Amino acid sequence: MMKNLIKSNTVIMLIFAAVVLTAPMWTAPIGANYPDLLQKFAIFGIFAVGYNILFGLTGYLSFGHAAFLGIGSYTAVWSFKLLTMNVVPAIILAVIVSGIFALIIGYLSLRRSGIYFSILTLAFAQMAYSLAYSVLTPITNGETGLQLEQQDPRVIDSMFGVVVTDGLPSTNLFGTLMSGYSGFYVAAAFLIFAFYISLKIFRSPFGMKLLAIKSNQTRMKYTGFNTKPYLLTAFIISGMYAGLAGGLLASIDPLAGAERMQWTASGEVVLMTIMGGVGTLIGPLLGAGIIKYLENIFSALNKSELTEIFSFMPEWLQTIVVNISNVFVGEGWHLTLGALFMLIVIFLPGGVMEGVTKIKDFILGIFGKGEDNRTAEIEGEAK
Amino acid sequence: MKKNENTPHLNRRGFLKVASATGVAASAPMIFMKDAYAAKDFRNDPKDSKTVTLGFNVPQSGPYADEGADELRAYKLAVKHLNGEGDGGMMKTMKPSMLKGNGILGKKVVFSTGDTQTKSDAARASAKRMIEKDGALMITGGSSSGVAIAVQGLCQEMGTIFMAGLTHSNDTTGKDRRRYGFRHFFNTEMSGAALGPVLEKEYGTDRTAYHLTADYTWGWSQEGSIKKYTEKMGWKTKAAVKTPVGAGDFSQFITPVLNSGADVLVLNHYGKDMVNSLTQAVQFGLRDKQVNGKDFQIVVPLFSRLMAQGAGENIKGILGSTNWNWALKDEGSAAFVKSFGAEYGQPPSMAAHTCYVQTLLYANACEMAGTFYPPEVIKALEGFKFDGMGNGPTEYRAEDHQCFKDVLVVRGNEKPTSQFDLLEVVQEVPRAQVEYPHDMLGGELGPYEV
Repeated sequence: MMKNLIKSNTVIMLIFAAVVLTAPMWTAPIGANYPDLLQKFAIFGIFAVGYNILFGLTGYLSFGHAAFLGIGSYTAVWSFKLLTMNVVPAIILAVIVSGIFALIIGYLSLRRSGIYFSILTLAFAQMAYSLAYSVLTPITNGETGLQLEQQDPRVIDSMFGVVVTDGLPSTNLFGTLMSGYSGFYVAAAFLIFAFYISLKIFRSPFGMKLLAIKSNQTRMKYTGFNTKPYLLTAFIISGMYAGLAGGLLASIDPLAGAERMQWTASGEVVLMTIMGGVGTLIGPLLGAGIIKYLENIFSALNKSELTEIFSFMPEWLQTIVVNISNVFVGEGWHLTLGALFMLIVIFLPGGVMEGVTKIKDFILGIFGKGEDNRTAEIEGEAK
Repeated sequence: MKKNENTPHLNRRGFLKVASATGVAASAPMIFMKDAYAAKDFRNDPKDSKTVTLGFNVPQSGPYADEGADELRAYKLAVKHLNGEGDGGMMKTMKPSMLKGNGILGKKVVFSTGDTQTKSDAARASAKRMIEKDGALMITGGSSSGVAIAVQGLCQEMGTIFMAGLTHSNDTTGKDRRRYGFRHFFNTEMSGAALGPVLEKEYGTDRTAYHLTADYTWGWSQEGSIKKYTEKMGWKTKAAVKTPVGAGDFSQFITPVLNSGADVLVLNHYGKDMVNSLTQAVQFGLRDKQVNGKDFQIVVPLFSRLMAQGAGENIKGILGSTNWNWALKDEGSAAFVKSFGAEYGQPPSMAAHTCYVQTLLYANACEMAGTFYPPEVIKALEGFKFDGMGNGPTEYRAEDHQCFKDVLVVRGNEKPTSQFDLLEVVQEVPRAQVEYPHDMLGGELGPYEV
């Protein structure tokens, strides 16, 4: 009874929304409660949740999803330049355009599966990156990145008589500025919406079919089931999620650079998903949070701050601890990430979510409810 | 509880933008804004705090990491000197100076650092972190013009002063100039104006140049400036090829140079890119070649000692321009080199010099304004004339926030006396020769109050 209640969509969504919207409070103790990082949590959360629809459900490992993120960003910035500073058209266009690109790239890449599919997507993404970086400089402004300018036409804005007197105009949602905390709440609203769609997909017949493709595509085909359209749909949906994330990135900071499409960015979302737990609903979000936290907070720590943190220790011990931990912060944050990733893959192949399940089982075990009660605790546990 | 400090500020800004955007009562918000600022309500106001935070945003990874590391050394040294530790360095030679060695306006200077990764995205994220989380009152750094312009734009939006570090593109104080951005470093226009006559004297007027250009704002800018001044004196430009930043291997770009018929190769590269491309050009035998009956020459318009160190033997005899060199004999340079050397055991690079000077200039402007309130500090810096900072008499031009001073034309030293003595000064080109009208490059500074 209790269990069913917890598993109902409404309850999950209510809890999820509450947790996301109170993020500025509960991130305070770990020093992550500043707008820029909170915005990144939400936006890369969307990116990872969308990626998980493809990778988690169908098992198709795309190594080129950053291309859609970049396409979304460029589209949004062009919308700010040509149409209006309002983010609504920018985000809608970002989703549509990246959806179109996902259709093309997906149609071509999905002719193959497994490693060949991964390599194809990687190739397309690198192509998109090189195009943005040098060939299409008039559209993307190359390495400098696409930026707003005062003399941009902004057709819709000028139709409504909005005059830009001095300085660059700011992106807004019908007047609400997209910088700072208001930007976070807009991104958070999109995250909640994106999560809801993802939840619906996971629990729909369509989601079941995708899972079936993951577990045995050949058998699906032998039963006379054409898997192609389903795979393509999943690919396009996750591409649109990436486009949404890209559009939001451009909305909170109207600048689009080619490095957003580089293979490292594509790899990052794979890391996020695996780290959090492939095929779980919440996992990719956790992964996105962990990676963005490490990138922004760990990379900024330095020796003097470490000395402060460990100041409770006796001096000789403090020196040792500071010297050892110094390797893992600052420029060494990649090392921390690598070590963490290794530990998770070795001990918790199901990601952080597997750890959560294990802890839950352990606690239940203490109360004598143990293994027998363990139904599929996590959505889509098929491995 | 930095959140609480920021939130009301943002809300007021939000309100202002909405009010002006809907075009309601155009003058009312201006009055409101003035009143609000009269109460000295601005982002990251240190108020009663005993410390003031500066944000140092430098590349710690990527092709410009060497410069970034040296910049950070300079910043740390500047903070020491401002707080009255160490020997004071250029604080003693700076004229006029209101610095007392007790921090800025009596508050001890502390800092936070960020890694730009030589990427606009990452640089803006780390600048935002320093402004929003660490409460930085001023952001400084860079080592790539693309990054500097991106961060400068952000700082204008945030109302935080940006003291640009090493950035050489015209655009930084040209078409992308901002009210909150200031640049002490010279630019490609000045490099071209200074280098042109020397190239004419050394290599004559009948030359054909081939450009390899880093594909971003700085590369484009430098290629344009060098073309402008060399073509004016009769050189022809064979081709200008764009190369990606951080390419590592430039051989595919250098091979076509060999049979192009050009007799001068202009390398619009910087940092590790320049080290790689120059080394490869020399390995390909370009410098031993004879084309059109003349010796083949290589020119590196923007030179730094760190790059010379990386390129080793290959740098010998190559001409370029630089903002500052540690071997200068004036009082300010000597004091700076001495205290930098005592601290780190090596002489400072020009990147370190410009960053150190920028930090002192900001601190001095706060003292002159008597407040940290950015618009007042900006006004103190605009048109500020100073001396004793290693470049002779220097002026911060008010119209575009660009410093004007003498420019050095240098040559890779043929007979270095030490591992750091790599550049010899060919000519100190006077300010008058490199100055240009402030409206030549276009651009708008924007408002004082944001």
